[in-house]
Amino acid sequence: MAPVISTTGLTKRYGPTIGLDGLDLEVAQGEVHGFLGPNGAGKTTTIRILLGLIRADSGEVTLFGRDPWDEATELHRRLAYVPGDVTLWPNLTGGEVIDLLSRLRGGLDVAKKEMLLDRFDLDPRKKGRTYSKGNRQKVALVAALASNVELLILDEPTAGLDPLMEAEFRACINEDRNDGRTVLLASHILAEVEALCDRVSIVRAGRSVESGTLTDLRHLTRTTISAQVRADPAGLSLIQGVHDLHVDDHRVDLEVDTDQIGEVLSHLTGLGVVSIASHPPTLEELFMRHYRDEVEG
Amino acid sequence: MNTLVGTRHLIRLILRRDRFRLSVWILVLALLAIGTASAFIGLYPSEPERQVLVNTIASNPAIVAFLGPVFDASIGSLTAWRVGVIGSVLVGVMAALTMIRHTREEEETGRRELLGATVVGRNAPLTAGLIVTAASGLILGAFCALGLIGVGLPAAGSIAFGLGYAAVAAVFAGLSGLAAQLTQGAGAAKGIAIGIVGVSFLLRLAGDGGSAGGLGWLSWLSPIGWFTQLRPFAEERWPVLLLSIGLALLATVGAFGLAARRDVGAGVVQPRLGPASASPSLRSPLGLAWRLHRPALLGWTVGLSFVGAVYGGIADSVGGFLDDNPQLTEIFEQLGGEAGITEAYFATAMGILALIATAYAVRSALRARVEEESLRADPVLATATPRIRWVSSHLVFAVLGPVLILAVAGLVAGVLYGLMIGDVAGQVSKVLGAAMIQIPAVWVVVGIAVALYGLVPKYSDAIWGVLVAFFLLGQLGRILQFPQWALNLSPFSHVPTLPADDLRVTPLVVLAILATILSAVGLTGFQRRDMDG
Repeated sequence: MAPVISTTGLTKRYGPTIGLDGLDLEVAQGEVHGFLGPNGAGKTTTIRILLGLIRADSGEVTLFGRDPWDEATELHRRLAYVPGDVTLWPNLTGGEVIDLLSRLRGGLDVAKKEMLLDRFDLDPRKKGRTYSKGNRQKVALVAALASNVELLILDEPTAGLDPLMEAEFRACINEDRNDGRTVLLASHILAEVEALCDRVSIVRAGRSVESGTLTDLRHLTRTTISAQVRADPAGLSLIQGVHDLHVDDHRVDLEVDTDQIGEVLSHLTGLGVVSIASHPPTLEELFMRHYRDEVEG
Repeated sequence: MNTLVGTRHLIRLILRRDRFRLSVWILVLALLAIGTASAFIGLYPSEPERQVLVNTIASNPAIVAFLGPVFDASIGSLTAWRVGVIGSVLVGVMAALTMIRHTREEEETGRRELLGATVVGRNAPLTAGLIVTAASGLILGAFCALGLIGVGLPAAGSIAFGLGYAAVAAVFAGLSGLAAQLTQGAGAAKGIAIGIVGVSFLLRLAGDGGSAGGLGWLSWLSPIGWFTQLRPFAEERWPVLLLSIGLALLATVGAFGLAARRDVGAGVVQPRLGPASASPSLRSPLGLAWRLHRPALLGWTVGLSFVGAVYGGIADSVGGFLDDNPQLTEIFEQLGGEAGITEAYFATAMGILALIATAYAVRSALRARVEEESLRADPVLATATPRIRWVSSHLVFAVLGPVLILAVAGLVAGVLYGLMIGDVAGQVSKVLGAAMIQIPAVWVVVGIAVALYGLVPKYSDAIWGVLVAFFLLGQLGRILQFPQWALNLSPFSHVPTLPADDLRVTPLVVLAILATILSAVGLTGFQRRDMDG
């Protein structure tokens, strides 16, 4: 099946600054796709290109297989968008904004709206200027989630939410996933992406550096093992793919490339394991690895 | 804790943010005064020549209402008359915008809290805003005084002129500081502050226009009227300055008093809850635009109807002005006798109304830019709303708003005058015609605004400069004997002066076509460009 979102080699310059530098992104139908990167990596620029608000300098981009610039209006019936920086009209109430945006999109599901207002604990009668940042975000979220669209494009939607509301947000996204909706979730909150996303693309300096399922990505990285063994563990350093080996008498700490993990385990077994702890790389470690290069380079 | 701690740092911050903005304001306003004075010196060097000017243009009641009376035929007096009122309005707007920008706007955006958490006293932002605004007025006043003395005008009058501007700045700084305490929204606060400037202008318009009818005292209620009453270069009445100082102090004390009674971010007027869901009419970009433009459209229509009422109300006394003025009578008689006098008067009056209505049109056209910059356009354009529909929803107010405003103001003027002379039907059509014929010229300015917005959005605000240029060409061009080609640059120069003139259709059609082409170019550019944000 054709991907819902597909970009190849997108570039975008703002004067001398480079916004995007050959960005590739593919989001399949029905998946929740995490779009990870720190501020300024190009997430918002990509989203604005996908929404037809700005045009890429070069590269290819399709949304539902069509051109997001030329066919913006038609495509927008099928998606809802939550901006990262929500500004509301000062003299319109939250409820009015929700209704207006839903109607402009082509329909309002009143029951769903009421349900979401309740779940997010949002008073729709307040004027736009009187909402806090978190509540402005909720207005945009309710407006987007209340419409029955195929694709949700969310740009750091939980930045201003408290943990309780963040949990509610995750529950909503999981329900949407079950309904078969596609979600593009731009974020720099790793825990959120880890909890929600089927697949992840990591973007750095306007370029995608990694893309795949979390399992795929973990394969590219190292697993950490700490063990207490009976025999002398010196031989471990000879195994390929072992890094950062620290031996302190019979205590071992090491990192191993994930595809070499079996080798290490059988060697350890041979040494007689007293205790062992191992954990797969967190997304955080994965992320830091890509960004460490940047700091060092 | 000392509530003024950090004021010095805030002043530096304001100066850093506004160094360009304030410099332009001060420079333009000072040059306007000095340039006008030196132009008068070059063009009307002798007293008799100036007396002719005083007896002709300066005595047209429409002009007297708009600019105030001229007190004598000296260069200085003519300069103060010519630029004083317009300059005072602009100084008031400068003060209002600067104050709100650095007080309420900072609170609304939350930047105030960012600062409040550092070592900044509770009253520091208001104090810093007041100091910078008042100081800007003083610097402007000093520039004007020095410049006017420099071109050879009497020192006393020049200093009175400068102090007059500084006083206007101080008064509106105080009043805007007061307005900033009232509402939670910066937009509303800005509206109130500018509204106060507008009402001050209208009060003195009614006072100076209706002085023959015993309404002269109204000018004394207006801080802008006080500039005229100070009479720079015409036996200055220095005590008038005390009125300004008194009101400025009173307003400042009031602002600090209110500020002490409220929380940061809150207003004295508590926000009310609104409807939980949108009314059925709020379902299209136009429905949204209506909500956003409605208050301003209403305010401008009411304000300009008031101007129309003053013009209509004093029209009957136009003949009286002429009784003591044979030169003016002669000019008007060439235009068609008694009837020609009021007709020429109405042509001038409606031309002035049209310029004010154009300011509304420009403001409405720029609303699209405001929406874009504040990122409120993005969520709308991410729905099934085509770009062209979104931008048109705002432009429709720029195009039709001035039609409504001019129609109502013209109608009010016509009906009032008609009632006075017992010929409502005849006068309404004449005066209304004089108002409506200006519309193609208004549209040309809107067209330029749209072209700027579509092609070079970052420079959209330059349209204000264009409008001021057209305004000066129309208001000063003939007195300062600008060459015809320069006068022709303004679309308003091409409007037939109804009802005195014959109705010539060709220039109107040309203006309308020009407006259409400019708008089309702008809209095409907008369709193709990136949204800015």
